[in-house]
Amino acid sequence: MDWIFLAELSVNGALTGLLYSLFAIGLVLVYKSSSVPNLAQGALTMLGAYIVLAFSLSLGLPLWVAIPISIIIMFFVGLGIEKVALRRLAGRPIVMILMMTLGLDIFIRGTTMAFWGGTSRPMDLGVSYDPFFAGPLLLSRIHMIGAGVSVALFIAIVFFFRSRLGIRLRAISDDYMASWSVGISVERGVGLSWALASVVAVITGVIWGEIQSVDQSLSLLLLKGLTVAVLGGLDSLFGAVLAGILLGILENVGAAYLDPLVGGGSRDLVVAIVLILTVMVRPHGLFGRHDIERV
Amino acid sequence: MFYRQAGIRHRSYVSDSKLFPIPTDRNLIWFLVLLGIIAPLVVDSLYLNSYVLPWLIWTAAALGLNLVTGWAGQLHLGYAAIMAVGAYSAVHAARFGVPWEFALLIAGVSAAAIGTVFSFAAMRVKGLYLALTTLAMQFVMDWVLSHVPAVTGGSHASLQSPTFKLLGQPITSDAGLYYVAFGWCVIVTIFILNMRRTGLGRALVAVREKDYAAAILGVNSFYYKIVAFATSSFIAGISGALLVATFFFLATPEQFSVNVSIQVLAMVIVGGLASIIGSYFGVALILLMPGITNSLFSAFADYLGLQLNPETLAHIPTAVYGALIIIFLMVEPLGLGKIYNNIRDYFLVWPFDQMKK
Repeated sequence: MDWIFLAELSVNGALTGLLYSLFAIGLVLVYKSSSVPNLAQGALTMLGAYIVLAFSLSLGLPLWVAIPISIIIMFFVGLGIEKVALRRLAGRPIVMILMMTLGLDIFIRGTTMAFWGGTSRPMDLGVSYDPFFAGPLLLSRIHMIGAGVSVALFIAIVFFFRSRLGIRLRAISDDYMASWSVGISVERGVGLSWALASVVAVITGVIWGEIQSVDQSLSLLLLKGLTVAVLGGLDSLFGAVLAGILLGILENVGAAYLDPLVGGGSRDLVVAIVLILTVMVRPHGLFGRHDIERV
Repeated sequence: MFYRQAGIRHRSYVSDSKLFPIPTDRNLIWFLVLLGIIAPLVVDSLYLNSYVLPWLIWTAAALGLNLVTGWAGQLHLGYAAIMAVGAYSAVHAARFGVPWEFALLIAGVSAAAIGTVFSFAAMRVKGLYLALTTLAMQFVMDWVLSHVPAVTGGSHASLQSPTFKLLGQPITSDAGLYYVAFGWCVIVTIFILNMRRTGLGRALVAVREKDYAAAILGVNSFYYKIVAFATSSFIAGISGALLVATFFFLATPEQFSVNVSIQVLAMVIVGGLASIIGSYFGVALILLMPGITNSLFSAFADYLGLQLNPETLAHIPTAVYGALIIIFLMVEPLGLGKIYNNIRDYFLVWPFDQMKK
């Protein structure tokens, strides 16, 4: 066995995995506060990337202006989605909540495509495509930057959860009835978590847009993000980061060895199987809370 | 008025649990069946085969999903994968020379076998996690369809379906194909109508409402979950096979992708969970919507003198489809079936509820 090849696969896989974590953090933020599985996160990611492009390409603003503006816009989009669509479904059966997020996903995707069209556009962050050599390992610069952003975002959110507002959010995720009774506005907290998830979606959209250019396929990150979130435990941020690294390595190494056997395209298969196995063996994931409804 | 309840007294439990306690409902059904039978004479054959026929087959499929999601309360996001199993096994069997009657049966049985595998997920988890598992299984099935040439002939290949025959008679005329779809839809509807009022349906509802309570009543929830998945998969398999045999005429992997699973679930939700008439309405709305929206928008654009680019027009139905799901969940979560029931309830007591006011 070629150890350097294996090491290169693993390191690149881990870097890609951290980018999946970036997506999964958005899912976890919403699930933690309101127990809503946000299947619209993929569409939000796509919308975020398109809004950044709209400002930078159509209006000619530099990216360092376009990205903050988009973040502010998406913050309010997230607040709006929660207020209009999700709040009145609180307490409804899970099938309706799931269907609502699926409907949102379809709606946002359709509207974005109707506005901007389906041709894929580049997101030019100005990162060089030259390979980066760390000893014998060949790494991609944009993946390294993305992984760094992902870790930085995770640390920022950890610190945010220590602030006064963050403690409120933690209280809501712990027990919303109790938070209500001590005067925490649960509605506002849940809305804030949607807004934060939308902000994360912009950042995910920018990084992934640079990697694979901006088009409809950005919303296909959903399956991988969901798998990472479930593997880490749906309500654990640290779990999402660790599971992202794990899934990235598994996917990259697994695909490298499986592809010659089955004729390519085994990445999605590995991801789907990891998701099935996780739910079957350990539904609460690596670090999730144990109170998941089991039959 | 129409729904006279006066003079209808139930003296025994059997008469109360009749299929149609109110004669008007029964007469309405006979009227609709009659309409279905004379449809080929009155409906233009273009509309018959491009709208009515798929509507009936999708309704049968949606009723199957409604059985597992509406009545048994188990989320299922991999329904299209089960339909694919049925479609491909029927087409392969028919190409091998098996008569279509048996090919359809093979489709149903093989789909039920795979569907039972899905139900093992339901043994272990429920709610969100069941949805995610079935979604993952759908992705696995998508992968199998596009990567195993033995099944589909490769990712971009399509499998020609042999001429549909019943009892040795080739069925190729528009009316003939329509009657096949109509017959299948009627069979499924009669099955669900009767399931609803017999022990099986009640057991499924008990499992849906609370599995502990069902267990206390002596309802084995594991057994009924397997039954629900197997039955709905049987319906899905034959519906998928008929869809390929009478409508598409060839099977491709994209016909059964994950979007189709979501679409069938949307039909069920828009129609109303655990509502038969609702499934008919929901399927009609979701199937007809893209055509209607497109013509509406292009007419609107013409009227305003706007030049909509084709890409925008192509994606507007998607946006409207999503908006439809959102609006239904916000305004009437129980769907079109509930709206129908509200109207029916109003007429049930029609002149008399006015007197209270």
